[in-house]
Amino acid sequence: MAFAWLPGAAGDIARGAATTILLIAVTTLAGTFLSILGAAGRRNGPVLLKRAIAIYVEIVRNTPFLVQLFFIFFGLPSLGIRLDPMLAAMLAMTLNMAAYTIEIVGAGLDAVPVGQTEAALSLGLRPRQVFIKIVLPQALKVIFPALTSQIVIMMLESAVVSQIAVRELTYEADMLQARTFRSFETYLVVTIVYLVLSMALRRLLVSGGRRALGAGVS
Amino acid sequence: MIEFTFWDIVRNLLLAARWTVLLSLAAFIGGGIVGMIVLFFRIAKNTWSRRLASGYIALFQGTPLLMQLFLMFFGLPMLGLRIEPWTAAVLGLTFFASAYLAEIWRSGVDALPAGQWDAGASLGLHYLQELRLIILPQAFSITRAPTVGFLVQLIKSTALTSIIGFEELVRTSNAINNATFEPFKVYGLVALIFFAMCFPLTQYARSLEKRAAH
Repeated sequence: MAFAWLPGAAGDIARGAATTILLIAVTTLAGTFLSILGAAGRRNGPVLLKRAIAIYVEIVRNTPFLVQLFFIFFGLPSLGIRLDPMLAAMLAMTLNMAAYTIEIVGAGLDAVPVGQTEAALSLGLRPRQVFIKIVLPQALKVIFPALTSQIVIMMLESAVVSQIAVRELTYEADMLQARTFRSFETYLVVTIVYLVLSMALRRLLVSGGRRALGAGVS
Repeated sequence: MIEFTFWDIVRNLLLAARWTVLLSLAAFIGGGIVGMIVLFFRIAKNTWSRRLASGYIALFQGTPLLMQLFLMFFGLPMLGLRIEPWTAAVLGLTFFASAYLAEIWRSGVDALPAGQWDAGASLGLHYLQELRLIILPQAFSITRAPTVGFLVQLIKSTALTSIIGFEELVRTSNAINNATFEPFKVYGLVALIFFAMCFPLTQYARSLEKRAAH
C-alpha cells in the first residue's frame, strides 16, 4: 500500500465531504418536514390523500434507491422535467427518506395520549396550535432515536448519487483512484472518512436533539 | 440503434432479474452463516470477544455498502486473488448481511429472560447445548419479522453491485436504456420488477409482526 498521493488529495476529499454534508443537511430538513406533513395527512387527511400517501410509501420502500435516482434523473426529462444532478440527488434523497420517516413520525404521533389533545383543546387552543405545540414535540421526542438512525442510513446511502455525477465524497474517490491508480488505498481512506462522518453525525443529532427536545432523548 | 420492442425489453429485464434473485439468495445464506459466527462472538462471556463483534458490526453499519463493495473488488486482488464482479458482489453482500443479521439476532437473544439460561444450566446443559436447544430457537423465532425485513433491504442492496460491474437487473437496464433511449419506460419496469420481488416479503414481514404482537 502507498499513501504518497494523500496530501495532494486532501483538498478534493474535503470538498467531496462538504458536498455530502450539504446533501444530508438538506435531506434531513426537507425530509423531516415532508414526513411530518405526510404522517399528519395519513391520519387526518381525506381518504384519497391517505391512499396516495400509503401507495407512495410502499413504492419507495420496496424499490432500490439507485433505481429511484435513475428514474428521477434519466426518466423524468422525457416528461419535460429536467433537473441538474445536485437537484435530482436532493429530490431523490428527500423522497426516499420521507417514505421511511413518515412511518416513524406516524408511530410517534400515535404514541402521544389522546388526553393531551383533549386537554389542549379544552384550554382553547386551535387544532393547528395543538398539533404544532403539544402533540408534535412529544412525538418527536419519542421517535428521535429512530429518526437519527434513518438520517445516518440516508447519509451512507448518499454515496450512490456519485452515479449521476454529483461531486460528493464517492465521486471524488472515483476521480482520485482513476488519477492515482491506488484504488484500494483511495477507497480505504474515503471509507474511514465516511465512518467518521457517520459517527459525528449521530453524536451531533443526539446532542442537538437533547437541546431542542429536552432530556430523555438518547 | 437496435430495435427493441416492449416485450424484448421486458424479456431481457426478467432474464437479468434471475441474477438479482440468485445474488440475494447467495448473500442471504452466506450472511446467515457468517452472521451466526459473529453472533457467537457477540454474545460470548468474554469481554474482548464481545467488543470485537461489536466493532465488526459498527464498521459495516457505519460505512456505505458501495465502499464495502469497492474495497472488496479492489482489495482482494491485492491479496493475490483473481476476482470477478460476481465474487466481489457475493462476498461484499455476505459480510454486509452478516453484520446486520448478527445484530438482529443478538436483539432476540437479549430479549430472552435470564431465567431461560438459568433453567438450561439447572438441567445440566452446557453452554453450546443451552444455545442450540433453548436460546437460539427462541431468539430466531422472535426476530423472524426483522429478518424477513432485512431480506427486503438486501434484495434492494443488490442494485449497487451494478456499479462494480455485476450483470444484474440494474446494469442490464442501463445497457437497454443506452440502446433504446427510453429511460422512463426502462427504469419504471425495473422498479416494478423490484417491487414485485420485495412487496410480498414486506407484507409477510408485516403479518409476522402482527402475529408477534398478539
